Amino acid sequence: MNLHAIRAIYIYEMKRFFRTVMESLLSPVISTSLYFVVFGAAIGSRIDQVEGVAYGAFIVPGLIMLSVMTQAISNASFGIYFPKFIGTIFELLSAPINFLEIVIGYVGAAATKALLIGVVILITANFFVDLDIQHPVAMLAFLVMICLSFSLFGFIIGIWAENFQQLQLIPLLVITPLVFLGGSFYSISMLPPAWQTVTLFNPVVYLISGFRWSFFGTADVAIGYSLLAIAVFFALCLAAVWLIFKTGYRIKS
Amino acid sequence: MATIVKVDDLRKVYKGGFKALRGVSLSIEEGEILALLGPNGAGKTTLISALCGITTPTGGSATIGGHDIVTGYRAARAMIGLVPQELALEPFEKVINTVRFSRGLFGKYNDPALIERILRQLSLWDKRNSRIRELSGGMKRRVLIAKALCHEPRVLFLDEPTAGVDVELRRDMWQVVEGLKAQGVTIILTTHYIEEAEAIADRVAVINKGEILLVENKADLMARMGRKSLRIDLSEPLDHVPEALKDYDLELAGDGEALKYHYDTRGDGTGITRLLQALAKEGLSLRDIETRQSSLEEIFVGLVNEETP
Repeated sequence: MNLHAIRAIYIYEMKRFFRTVMESLLSPVISTSLYFVVFGAAIGSRIDQVEGVAYGAFIVPGLIMLSVMTQAISNASFGIYFPKFIGTIFELLSAPINFLEIVIGYVGAAATKALLIGVVILITANFFVDLDIQHPVAMLAFLVMICLSFSLFGFIIGIWAENFQQLQLIPLLVITPLVFLGGSFYSISMLPPAWQTVTLFNPVVYLISGFRWSFFGTADVAIGYSLLAIAVFFALCLAAVWLIFKTGYRIKS
Repeated sequence: MATIVKVDDLRKVYKGGFKALRGVSLSIEEGEILALLGPNGAGKTTLISALCGITTPTGGSATIGGHDIVTGYRAARAMIGLVPQELALEPFEKVINTVRFSRGLFGKYNDPALIERILRQLSLWDKRNSRIRELSGGMKRRVLIAKALCHEPRVLFLDEPTAGVDVELRRDMWQVVEGLKAQGVTIILTTHYIEEAEAIADRVAVINKGEILLVENKADLMARMGRKSLRIDLSEPLDHVPEALKDYDLELAGDGEALKYHYDTRGDGTGITRLLQALAKEGLSLRDIETRQSSLEEIFVGLVNEETP
Protein backbone atom coordinates (compact mmCIF):
# COMPACT_ATOMS: atom_id res chain seq x y z
CA MET A 1 0.00 0.00 0.00
CA ASN A 2 1.45 3.35 -1.02
CA LEU A 3 0.10 5.32 1.94
CA HIS A 4 2.03 8.45 1.00
CA ALA A 5 0.26 8.51 -2.33
CA ILE A 6 -3.20 8.08 -0.78
CA ARG A 7 -2.38 10.83 1.67
CA ALA A 8 -1.08 13.08 -1.13
CA ILE A 9 -4.25 12.65 -3.21
CA TYR A 10 -6.50 13.09 -0.18
CA ILE A 11 -4.80 16.26 1.02
CA TYR A 12 -4.61 17.69 -2.49
CA GLU A 13 -8.33 17.14 -3.01
CA MET A 14 -9.27 18.49 0.41
CA LYS A 15 -7.21 21.61 -0.29
CA ARG A 16 -9.34 22.25 -3.35
CA PHE A 17 -12.37 22.08 -1.06
CA PHE A 18 -10.93 24.46 1.51
CA ARG A 19 -9.73 26.84 -1.19
CA THR A 20 -13.39 27.39 -2.01
CA VAL A 21 -14.69 26.70 1.48
CA MET A 22 -17.18 29.55 1.40
CA GLU A 23 -18.76 28.39 -1.82
CA SER A 24 -18.54 24.75 -0.73
CA LEU A 25 -20.27 25.19 2.60
CA LEU A 26 -22.24 28.36 2.20
CA SER A 27 -24.36 27.21 -0.71
CA PRO A 28 -25.73 24.11 1.06
CA VAL A 29 -26.42 26.21 4.16
CA ILE A 30 -28.30 28.80 2.15
CA SER A 31 -30.28 26.27 0.14
CA THR A 32 -31.16 24.35 3.32
CA SER A 33 -32.34 27.53 4.95
CA LEU A 34 -34.48 28.27 1.91
CA TYR A 35 -36.02 24.81 2.07
CA PHE A 36 -36.86 25.40 5.71
CA VAL A 37 -38.43 28.75 4.96
CA VAL A 38 -40.50 27.39 2.09
CA PHE A 39 -41.33 23.86 3.22
CA GLY A 40 -40.92 24.20 6.96
CA ALA A 41 -42.45 27.57 7.67
CA ALA A 42 -44.72 28.42 4.72
CA ILE A 43 -46.11 25.03 3.75
CA GLY A 44 -45.28 23.18 6.95
CA SER A 45 -47.48 25.48 8.99
CA ARG A 46 -50.46 23.99 7.12
CA ILE A 47 -49.27 20.43 7.72
CA ASP A 48 -49.57 19.29 11.28
CA GLN A 49 -47.44 16.28 11.70
CA VAL A 50 -46.18 13.43 9.58
CA GLU A 51 -46.01 10.09 11.37
CA GLY A 52 -46.02 11.90 14.68
CA VAL A 53 -43.16 14.22 13.76
CA ALA A 54 -43.47 17.96 13.15
CA TYR A 55 -43.20 18.56 9.40
CA GLY A 56 -40.24 20.93 9.78
CA ALA A 57 -38.26 18.24 11.57
CA PHE A 58 -39.57 15.47 9.33
CA ILE A 59 -37.87 16.91 6.22
CA VAL A 60 -34.44 17.28 7.86
CA PRO A 61 -33.15 13.77 7.04
CA GLY A 62 -34.40 14.09 3.46
CA LEU A 63 -32.77 17.48 3.07
CA ILE A 64 -29.48 16.18 4.37
CA MET A 65 -29.67 13.20 2.01
CA LEU A 66 -30.47 15.44 -0.96
CA SER A 67 -27.40 17.60 -0.40
CA VAL A 68 -25.07 14.81 0.66
CA MET A 69 -25.89 12.59 -2.29
CA THR A 70 -25.57 15.31 -4.90
CA GLN A 71 -22.43 16.75 -3.30
CA ALA A 72 -20.76 13.36 -2.97
CA ILE A 73 -21.43 12.61 -6.62
CA SER A 74 -20.37 15.99 -7.93
CA ASN A 75 -17.22 16.16 -5.80
CA ALA A 76 -16.06 12.67 -6.66
CA SER A 77 -16.95 12.85 -10.34
CA PHE A 78 -15.28 16.23 -10.77
CA GLY A 79 -12.26 15.13 -8.75
CA ILE A 80 -11.33 12.40 -11.21
CA TYR A 81 -12.81 13.97 -14.34
CA PHE A 82 -10.78 17.16 -14.01
CA PRO A 83 -7.34 15.45 -14.23
CA LYS A 84 -8.63 13.56 -17.25
CA PHE A 85 -9.85 16.80 -18.81
CA ILE A 86 -6.67 18.82 -18.26
CA GLY A 87 -4.31 15.90 -18.84
CA THR A 88 -2.74 15.67 -15.38
CA ILE A 89 -4.03 12.09 -15.18
CA PHE A 90 -0.70 11.07 -16.76
CA GLU A 91 0.90 11.57 -13.40
CA LEU A 92 -1.54 9.26 -11.61
CA LEU A 93 -1.01 6.61 -14.26
CA SER A 94 2.77 6.84 -14.18
CA ALA A 95 3.03 6.83 -10.39
CA PRO A 96 3.82 3.64 -8.47
CA ILE A 97 0.25 3.32 -7.23
CA ASN A 98 -2.61 1.01 -8.04
CA PHE A 99 -6.17 1.88 -8.88
CA LEU A 100 -7.40 1.01 -5.41
CA GLU A 101 -5.13 3.63 -3.88
CA ILE A 102 -6.34 6.21 -6.39
CA VAL A 103 -9.93 5.33 -5.49
CA ILE A 104 -9.29 5.55 -1.75
CA GLY A 105 -7.66 8.95 -2.15
CA TYR A 106 -10.31 10.50 -4.38
CA VAL A 107 -13.38 8.81 -2.95
CA GLY A 108 -12.15 9.33 0.61
CA ALA A 109 -11.77 13.05 -0.01
CA ALA A 110 -15.13 13.37 -1.76
CA ALA A 111 -16.87 11.44 1.02
CA THR A 112 -15.23 13.62 3.66
CA LYS A 113 -16.45 16.76 1.93
CA ALA A 114 -19.97 15.38 1.64
CA LEU A 115 -19.90 14.36 5.29
CA LEU A 116 -18.80 17.86 6.32
CA ILE A 117 -21.63 19.34 4.29
CA GLY A 118 -24.10 16.92 5.88
CA VAL A 119 -22.96 17.90 9.36
CA VAL A 120 -23.16 21.61 8.52
CA ILE A 121 -26.72 21.17 7.26
CA LEU A 122 -27.63 19.26 10.41
CA ILE A 123 -26.28 22.11 12.51
CA THR A 124 -28.15 24.65 10.38
CA ALA A 125 -31.35 22.65 10.75
CA ASN A 126 -30.99 22.86 14.50
CA PHE A 127 -31.51 26.61 14.28
CA PHE A 128 -34.89 26.09 12.63
CA VAL A 129 -36.38 23.06 14.33
CA ASP A 130 -35.99 21.02 17.50
CA LEU A 131 -34.23 17.82 16.65
CA ASP A 132 -34.03 14.86 18.95
CA ILE A 133 -31.94 12.20 17.27
CA GLN A 134 -32.96 8.80 18.60
CA HIS A 135 -30.14 6.67 17.20
CA PRO A 136 -27.13 9.00 16.80
CA VAL A 137 -24.62 6.23 16.13
CA ALA A 138 -26.82 4.66 13.46
CA MET A 139 -27.43 8.11 12.01
CA LEU A 140 -23.71 8.76 11.69
CA ALA A 141 -23.05 5.29 10.30
CA PHE A 142 -25.79 5.77 7.69
CA LEU A 143 -24.42 9.15 6.76
CA VAL A 144 -20.89 7.81 6.34
CA MET A 145 -22.12 4.88 4.23
CA ILE A 146 -24.17 7.17 2.00
CA CYS A 147 -21.22 9.53 1.59
CA LEU A 148 -18.91 6.66 0.68
CA SER A 149 -21.20 4.84 -1.70
CA PHE A 150 -22.35 7.96 -3.55
CA SER A 151 -18.77 9.18 -3.80
CA LEU A 152 -17.88 5.82 -5.33
CA PHE A 153 -20.78 6.24 -7.71
CA GLY A 154 -19.60 9.75 -8.55
CA PHE A 155 -16.10 8.44 -9.19
CA ILE A 156 -17.51 5.98 -11.70
CA ILE A 157 -19.40 8.79 -13.43
CA GLY A 158 -16.22 10.86 -13.52
CA ILE A 159 -14.33 8.01 -15.19
CA TRP A 160 -17.16 7.38 -17.63
CA ALA A 161 -17.85 11.01 -18.58
CA GLU A 162 -16.17 12.27 -21.73
CA ASN A 163 -17.37 15.85 -21.42
CA PHE A 164 -18.85 18.23 -18.90
CA GLN A 165 -22.40 17.57 -20.12
CA GLN A 166 -22.12 13.88 -19.35
CA LEU A 167 -20.71 14.78 -15.97
CA GLN A 168 -23.94 16.62 -15.15
CA LEU A 169 -26.25 14.18 -16.88
CA ILE A 170 -26.69 11.44 -14.30
CA PRO A 171 -26.88 13.65 -11.21
CA LEU A 172 -29.44 15.85 -12.94
CA LEU A 173 -31.54 13.27 -14.76
CA VAL A 174 -31.34 10.35 -12.38
CA ILE A 175 -30.25 11.23 -8.87
CA THR A 176 -32.19 14.46 -8.26
CA PRO A 177 -35.56 13.02 -9.41
CA LEU A 178 -34.98 9.81 -7.46
CA VAL A 179 -34.17 11.77 -4.31
CA PHE A 180 -37.13 14.13 -4.72
CA LEU A 181 -39.46 11.22 -5.38
CA GLY A 182 -37.80 9.14 -2.70
CA GLY A 183 -39.71 10.68 0.16
CA SER A 184 -37.37 13.54 1.04
CA PHE A 185 -40.26 15.82 1.77
CA TYR A 186 -43.09 13.41 2.44
CA SER A 187 -43.91 10.03 3.82
CA ILE A 188 -44.61 7.27 1.33
CA SER A 189 -47.84 6.58 3.20
CA MET A 190 -49.14 9.97 2.03
CA LEU A 191 -49.18 8.72 -1.59
CA PRO A 192 -52.07 6.86 -3.27
CA PRO A 193 -51.59 3.05 -2.98
CA ALA A 194 -50.60 2.58 -6.63
CA TRP A 195 -47.83 5.17 -6.37
CA GLN A 196 -46.69 3.65 -3.11
CA THR A 197 -45.95 0.44 -5.00
CA VAL A 198 -44.12 2.30 -7.77
CA THR A 199 -42.10 4.18 -5.21
CA LEU A 200 -40.82 0.95 -3.73
CA PHE A 201 -38.78 0.48 -6.91
CA ASN A 202 -36.90 3.66 -6.16
CA PRO A 203 -33.75 2.62 -4.29
CA VAL A 204 -33.36 6.04 -2.72
CA VAL A 205 -36.58 5.46 -0.76
CA TYR A 206 -34.80 2.82 1.30
CA LEU A 207 -31.86 5.09 2.00
CA ILE A 208 -33.95 8.05 3.09
CA SER A 209 -36.28 5.85 5.09
CA GLY A 210 -33.40 4.26 6.97
CA PHE A 211 -31.78 7.60 7.63
CA ARG A 212 -35.08 9.00 8.88
CA TRP A 213 -35.46 5.99 11.15
CA SER A 214 -32.18 6.89 12.86
CA PHE A 215 -33.67 10.31 13.63
CA PHE A 216 -37.23 9.51 14.68
CA GLY A 217 -37.46 5.75 15.07
CA THR A 218 -40.16 5.55 12.38
CA ALA A 219 -39.66 4.51 8.80
CA ASP A 220 -41.50 3.88 5.53
CA VAL A 221 -39.80 0.53 5.08
CA ALA A 222 -38.30 -1.83 7.60
CA ILE A 223 -34.79 -0.80 8.68
CA GLY A 224 -33.44 -4.17 7.56
CA TYR A 225 -34.37 -3.36 3.95
CA SER A 226 -32.66 -0.01 4.24
CA LEU A 227 -29.47 -1.64 5.46
CA LEU A 228 -29.68 -4.17 2.67
CA ALA A 229 -30.24 -1.43 0.09
CA ILE A 230 -27.21 0.58 1.12
CA ALA A 231 -25.08 -2.58 1.30
CA VAL A 232 -26.15 -3.66 -2.20
CA PHE A 233 -25.55 -0.21 -3.66
CA PHE A 234 -22.12 -0.03 -2.06
CA ALA A 235 -21.23 -3.51 -3.33
CA LEU A 236 -22.40 -2.67 -6.86
CA CYS A 237 -20.29 0.47 -6.94
CA LEU A 238 -17.28 -1.43 -5.62
CA ALA A 239 -17.74 -4.08 -8.28
CA ALA A 240 -17.98 -1.43 -11.01
CA VAL A 241 -14.84 0.27 -9.75
CA TRP A 242 -13.06 -3.09 -9.66
CA LEU A 243 -14.06 -3.69 -13.29
CA ILE A 244 -12.76 -0.29 -14.29
CA PHE A 245 -9.55 -1.16 -12.51
CA LYS A 246 -9.21 -4.46 -14.33
CA THR A 247 -9.89 -3.10 -17.77
CA GLY A 248 -8.43 0.40 -17.52
CA TYR A 249 -11.77 1.60 -18.91
CA ARG A 250 -11.59 5.15 -20.27
CA ILE A 251 -8.41 6.02 -18.41
CA LYS A 252 -5.78 3.96 -20.16
CA SER A 253 -5.44 3.61 -23.89
CA MET B 1 27.71 -0.15 -17.22
CA ALA B 2 24.58 -2.05 -16.36
CA THR B 3 21.46 -2.02 -18.46
CA ILE B 4 18.75 -0.07 -16.67
CA VAL B 5 15.99 -0.04 -19.28
CA LYS B 6 15.43 -3.09 -21.41
CA VAL B 7 12.75 -3.09 -24.06
CA ASP B 8 12.05 -6.35 -25.81
CA ASP B 9 9.88 -6.53 -28.93
CA LEU B 10 7.45 -4.01 -27.49
CA ARG B 11 4.30 -3.58 -29.54
CA LYS B 12 1.33 -1.29 -29.38
CA VAL B 13 -1.67 -1.49 -31.61
CA TYR B 14 -4.33 1.13 -30.86
CA LYS B 15 -7.99 0.28 -31.00
CA GLY B 16 -8.47 1.67 -34.49
CA GLY B 17 -5.78 -0.75 -35.69
CA PHE B 18 -3.00 1.82 -35.87
CA LYS B 19 0.33 0.18 -35.13
CA ALA B 20 2.22 2.74 -33.09
CA LEU B 21 5.02 0.38 -32.03
CA ARG B 22 6.03 -2.52 -34.27
CA GLY B 23 8.33 -4.56 -32.08
CA VAL B 24 10.72 -2.11 -30.49
CA SER B 25 13.81 -3.54 -28.80
CA LEU B 26 16.23 -1.32 -27.00
CA SER B 27 18.77 -1.44 -24.18
CA ILE B 28 19.60 1.68 -22.26
CA GLU B 29 22.66 1.79 -20.05
CA GLU B 30 22.62 3.27 -16.58
CA GLY B 31 23.77 6.86 -16.51
CA GLU B 32 23.65 7.55 -20.22
CA ILE B 33 21.68 10.12 -22.13
CA LEU B 34 19.80 8.57 -25.01
CA ALA B 35 18.14 10.77 -27.57
CA LEU B 36 15.16 9.23 -29.28
CA LEU B 37 14.87 10.92 -32.61
CA GLY B 38 12.04 10.64 -35.02
CA PRO B 39 9.51 12.62 -37.02
CA ASN B 40 6.03 13.37 -35.68
CA GLY B 41 3.97 10.21 -35.26
CA ALA B 42 7.03 7.96 -35.26
CA GLY B 43 6.09 6.37 -31.93
CA LYS B 44 8.38 8.28 -29.59
CA THR B 45 5.66 9.30 -27.17
CA THR B 46 3.92 5.93 -27.39
CA LEU B 47 7.16 4.20 -26.42
CA ILE B 48 7.61 6.48 -23.42
CA SER B 49 3.94 6.17 -22.46
CA ALA B 50 4.16 2.39 -22.54
CA LEU B 51 7.28 2.37 -20.37
CA CYS B 52 5.71 4.78 -17.87
CA GLY B 53 2.39 2.97 -17.56
CA ILE B 54 0.22 5.47 -19.39
CA THR B 55 -0.61 3.10 -22.22
CA THR B 56 -0.78 -0.65 -22.03
CA PRO B 57 1.47 -2.36 -24.56
CA THR B 58 -0.22 -5.00 -26.69
CA GLY B 59 2.86 -7.17 -27.00
CA GLY B 60 6.43 -7.66 -25.90
CA SER B 61 7.91 -6.70 -22.57
CA ALA B 62 10.09 -4.15 -20.88
CA THR B 63 11.95 -3.83 -17.61
CA ILE B 64 13.20 -0.85 -15.70
CA GLY B 65 15.93 -1.54 -13.19
CA GLY B 66 15.15 -5.23 -13.70
CA HIS B 67 11.49 -4.75 -12.74
CA ASP B 68 8.89 -5.71 -15.33
CA ILE B 69 6.74 -2.71 -16.21
CA VAL B 70 3.55 -4.76 -15.85
CA THR B 71 4.13 -7.32 -13.11
CA GLY B 72 6.59 -5.20 -11.14
CA TYR B 73 5.05 -1.86 -11.99
CA ARG B 74 5.42 -0.39 -8.53
CA ALA B 75 9.16 -0.90 -8.32
CA ALA B 76 9.60 0.00 -11.99
CA ARG B 77 7.61 3.22 -11.82
CA ALA B 78 9.16 4.28 -8.53
CA MET B 79 12.40 4.70 -10.49
CA ILE B 80 10.85 6.82 -13.23
CA GLY B 81 10.31 10.51 -13.69
CA LEU B 82 8.34 11.75 -16.67
CA VAL B 83 8.19 15.21 -18.19
CA PRO B 84 5.37 15.02 -20.71
CA GLN B 85 5.10 16.90 -23.92
CA GLU B 86 1.82 18.60 -23.03
CA LEU B 87 1.74 21.33 -20.41
CA ALA B 88 -0.67 19.35 -18.24
CA LEU B 89 -0.95 21.15 -14.91
CA GLU B 90 -3.79 22.09 -12.63
CA PRO B 91 -4.25 25.81 -13.28
CA PHE B 92 -5.55 26.83 -9.86
CA GLU B 93 -2.94 25.09 -7.75
CA LYS B 94 0.17 26.68 -6.29
CA VAL B 95 3.51 25.64 -7.73
CA ILE B 96 4.86 24.26 -4.46
CA ASN B 97 1.72 22.26 -3.72
CA THR B 98 1.70 20.55 -7.06
CA VAL B 99 5.38 19.64 -6.67
CA ARG B 100 4.77 18.29 -3.15
CA PHE B 101 1.84 16.32 -4.50
CA SER B 102 4.06 14.61 -7.06
CA ARG B 103 6.55 13.60 -4.41
CA GLY B 104 3.79 12.14 -2.25
CA LEU B 105 2.26 10.33 -5.20
CA PHE B 106 5.53 8.52 -5.72
CA GLY B 107 5.48 7.35 -2.13
CA LYS B 108 8.11 9.69 -0.73
CA TYR B 109 8.17 11.68 2.50
CA ASN B 110 7.77 15.41 2.17
CA ASP B 111 11.29 16.81 1.96
CA PRO B 112 11.11 20.62 2.03
CA ALA B 113 14.89 21.05 1.63
CA LEU B 114 14.99 18.91 -1.50
CA ILE B 115 11.96 20.63 -2.99
CA GLU B 116 13.52 24.01 -2.31
CA ARG B 117 16.75 22.93 -3.99
CA ILE B 118 14.93 21.71 -7.09
CA LEU B 119 12.77 24.81 -7.33
CA ARG B 120 15.81 27.06 -6.95
CA GLN B 121 17.71 25.10 -9.57
CA LEU B 122 14.85 25.68 -12.01
CA SER B 123 14.46 29.36 -11.04
CA LEU B 124 11.01 28.62 -9.64
CA TRP B 125 11.61 29.37 -5.98
CA ASP B 126 10.33 32.94 -6.23
CA LYS B 127 7.22 31.65 -7.96
CA ARG B 128 6.53 28.87 -5.48
CA ASN B 129 3.34 30.46 -4.18
CA SER B 130 2.07 31.53 -7.59
CA ARG B 131 -0.89 29.78 -9.10
CA ILE B 132 0.06 27.77 -12.17
CA ARG B 133 -2.27 29.71 -14.46
CA GLU B 134 -0.29 32.89 -13.67
CA LEU B 135 2.87 31.37 -15.14
CA SER B 136 4.22 31.67 -18.66
CA GLY B 137 4.56 28.61 -20.88
CA GLY B 138 8.27 28.32 -20.16
CA MET B 139 7.65 28.51 -16.43
CA LYS B 140 5.01 25.80 -16.68
CA ARG B 141 7.54 23.60 -18.43
CA ARG B 142 9.89 24.18 -15.50
CA VAL B 143 7.15 23.17 -13.07
CA LEU B 144 6.68 19.91 -14.98
CA ILE B 145 10.40 19.25 -14.72
CA ALA B 146 10.35 20.04 -11.00
CA LYS B 147 7.45 17.62 -10.53
CA ALA B 148 9.37 14.88 -12.29
CA LEU B 149 12.59 15.53 -10.36
CA CYS B 150 11.09 15.93 -6.90
CA HIS B 151 10.72 12.20 -6.38
CA GLU B 152 14.35 11.55 -7.24
CA PRO B 153 13.98 9.33 -10.31
CA ARG B 154 16.80 7.08 -11.50
CA VAL B 155 15.44 7.19 -15.04
CA LEU B 156 14.11 10.43 -16.42
CA PHE B 157 11.99 10.62 -19.55
CA LEU B 158 11.89 13.99 -21.23
CA ASP B 159 9.29 14.05 -23.96
CA GLU B 160 10.06 16.95 -26.28
CA PRO B 161 11.25 19.05 -23.35
CA THR B 162 12.31 22.05 -25.34
CA ALA B 163 9.42 22.24 -27.77
CA GLY B 164 8.45 25.89 -27.82
CA VAL B 165 10.71 27.11 -25.03
CA ASP B 166 13.04 30.06 -25.14
CA VAL B 167 16.81 29.94 -25.40
CA GLU B 168 17.29 30.65 -21.72
CA LEU B 169 15.16 27.75 -20.57
CA ARG B 170 16.77 25.45 -23.08
CA ARG B 171 20.17 26.36 -21.69
CA ASP B 172 18.94 25.94 -18.10
CA MET B 173 17.50 22.61 -18.95
CA TRP B 174 20.63 21.31 -20.55
CA GLN B 175 22.41 22.35 -17.38
CA VAL B 176 19.91 20.43 -15.28
CA VAL B 177 20.35 17.43 -17.55
CA GLU B 178 24.11 17.60 -17.16
CA GLY B 179 23.74 17.83 -13.39
CA LEU B 180 21.48 14.79 -13.37
CA LYS B 181 23.88 12.86 -15.53
CA ALA B 182 26.63 13.67 -13.05
CA GLN B 183 24.44 12.11 -10.36
CA GLY B 184 24.13 8.99 -12.47
CA VAL B 185 20.54 9.54 -13.60
CA THR B 186 19.70 7.89 -16.90
CA ILE B 187 17.97 10.24 -19.30
CA ILE B 188 15.83 9.38 -22.28
CA LEU B 189 15.02 12.37 -24.35
CA THR B 190 12.72 12.53 -27.31
CA THR B 191 13.14 15.38 -29.65
CA HIS B 192 12.98 16.38 -33.21
CA TYR B 193 15.45 19.16 -32.60
CA ILE B 194 18.52 17.40 -33.82
CA GLU B 195 20.86 19.98 -32.37
CA GLU B 196 19.55 19.05 -28.96
CA ALA B 197 20.48 15.42 -29.42
CA GLU B 198 23.76 16.47 -30.93
CA ALA B 199 24.52 18.71 -27.98
CA ILE B 200 23.72 16.46 -25.03
CA ALA B 201 23.15 12.84 -26.02
CA ASP B 202 25.61 9.99 -25.59
CA ARG B 203 23.69 7.71 -27.88
CA VAL B 204 21.06 8.28 -30.50
CA ALA B 205 18.18 6.01 -31.39
CA VAL B 206 16.26 6.79 -34.53
CA ILE B 207 12.65 5.68 -34.61
CA ASN B 208 10.27 5.91 -37.52
CA LYS B 209 6.84 4.35 -38.07
CA GLY B 210 7.04 2.44 -34.80
CA GLU B 211 10.38 0.82 -35.53
CA ILE B 212 13.86 1.55 -34.28
CA LEU B 213 16.03 2.17 -37.32
CA LEU B 214 19.28 2.34 -35.44
CA VAL B 215 20.79 2.86 -32.03
CA GLU B 216 24.32 4.08 -31.98
CA ASN B 217 26.87 6.05 -30.10
CA LYS B 218 26.43 9.59 -31.31
CA ALA B 219 30.09 10.15 -32.19
CA ASP B 220 30.33 6.77 -33.95
CA LEU B 221 27.17 7.46 -35.84
CA MET B 222 28.41 10.76 -37.03
CA ALA B 223 31.80 9.37 -37.90
CA ARG B 224 30.36 6.35 -39.64
CA MET B 225 27.66 8.04 -41.56
CA GLY B 226 29.11 11.48 -41.63
CA ARG B 227 30.19 12.88 -44.90
CA LYS B 228 32.58 15.74 -44.56
CA SER B 229 32.89 18.68 -46.81
CA LEU B 230 35.91 20.80 -47.51
CA ARG B 231 35.47 24.41 -48.46
CA ILE B 232 38.35 26.11 -50.13
CA ASP B 233 38.21 29.90 -50.28
CA LEU B 234 40.10 31.27 -53.26
CA SER B 235 41.97 34.51 -53.47
CA GLU B 236 40.76 35.07 -57.03
CA PRO B 237 37.20 34.09 -57.96
CA LEU B 238 36.67 31.58 -60.77
CA ASP B 239 33.86 31.54 -63.30
CA HIS B 240 34.06 27.79 -63.82
CA VAL B 241 35.87 24.78 -62.40
CA PRO B 242 39.15 24.39 -64.33
CA GLU B 243 39.32 21.46 -66.78
CA ALA B 244 42.22 19.85 -64.92
CA LEU B 245 40.11 19.55 -61.77
CA LYS B 246 37.07 18.00 -63.44
CA ASP B 247 37.75 14.57 -61.91
CA TYR B 248 37.37 15.84 -58.35
CA ASP B 249 33.63 16.47 -58.33
CA LEU B 250 34.02 20.04 -57.14
CA GLU B 251 31.37 22.65 -57.07
CA LEU B 252 31.70 26.37 -57.15
CA ALA B 253 30.26 28.25 -54.23
CA GLY B 254 29.85 31.87 -53.20
CA ASP B 255 29.98 33.41 -56.72
CA GLY B 256 33.07 31.49 -57.61
CA GLU B 257 35.02 32.59 -54.58
CA ALA B 258 35.13 29.11 -53.10
CA LEU B 259 35.29 25.46 -54.14
CA LYS B 260 33.43 22.75 -52.29
CA TYR B 261 34.68 19.22 -52.10
CA HIS B 262 32.73 16.37 -50.50
CA TYR B 263 34.51 13.33 -49.16
CA ASP B 264 33.80 10.34 -47.05
CA THR B 265 35.80 9.65 -43.91
CA ARG B 266 35.01 5.95 -44.29
CA GLY B 267 36.87 5.69 -47.58
CA ASP B 268 40.47 4.49 -47.97
CA GLY B 269 41.67 7.91 -48.85
CA THR B 270 39.94 11.23 -48.76
CA GLY B 271 41.70 12.53 -51.84
CA ILE B 272 42.49 15.79 -50.10
CA THR B 273 46.25 15.61 -50.63
CA ARG B 274 45.89 14.98 -54.33
CA LEU B 275 43.30 17.72 -54.66
CA LEU B 276 45.49 20.29 -52.93
CA GLN B 277 48.45 19.32 -55.12
CA ALA B 278 46.26 19.69 -58.20
CA LEU B 279 45.09 23.09 -57.01
CA ALA B 280 48.70 24.21 -56.57
CA LYS B 281 49.57 22.89 -60.02
CA GLU B 282 46.74 24.98 -61.49
CA GLY B 283 48.31 27.99 -59.83
CA LEU B 284 45.25 28.72 -57.68
CA SER B 285 46.01 30.65 -54.53
CA LEU B 286 44.04 29.69 -51.43
CA ARG B 287 42.74 32.13 -48.86
CA ASP B 288 41.20 29.72 -46.35
CA ILE B 289 40.25 26.10 -45.82
CA GLU B 290 37.37 24.82 -43.75
CA THR B 291 36.09 21.29 -43.17
CA ARG B 292 32.64 20.52 -41.90
CA GLN B 293 31.07 17.35 -40.55
CA SER B 294 27.51 16.74 -41.70
CA SER B 295 25.11 17.20 -38.82
CA LEU B 296 22.89 14.60 -37.21
CA GLU B 297 20.03 16.30 -38.94
CA GLU B 298 21.37 15.43 -42.36
CA ILE B 299 22.04 11.88 -41.23
CA PHE B 300 18.59 11.65 -39.79
CA VAL B 301 16.82 12.98 -42.83
CA GLY B 302 18.85 10.58 -44.94
CA LEU B 303 17.86 7.63 -42.79
CA VAL B 304 14.19 8.43 -42.65
CA ASN B 305 14.07 9.04 -46.39
CA GLU B 306 15.79 5.74 -47.03
CA GLU B 307 12.96 4.06 -45.16
CA THR B 308 10.23 5.91 -47.01
CA PRO B 309 11.10 5.87 -50.67
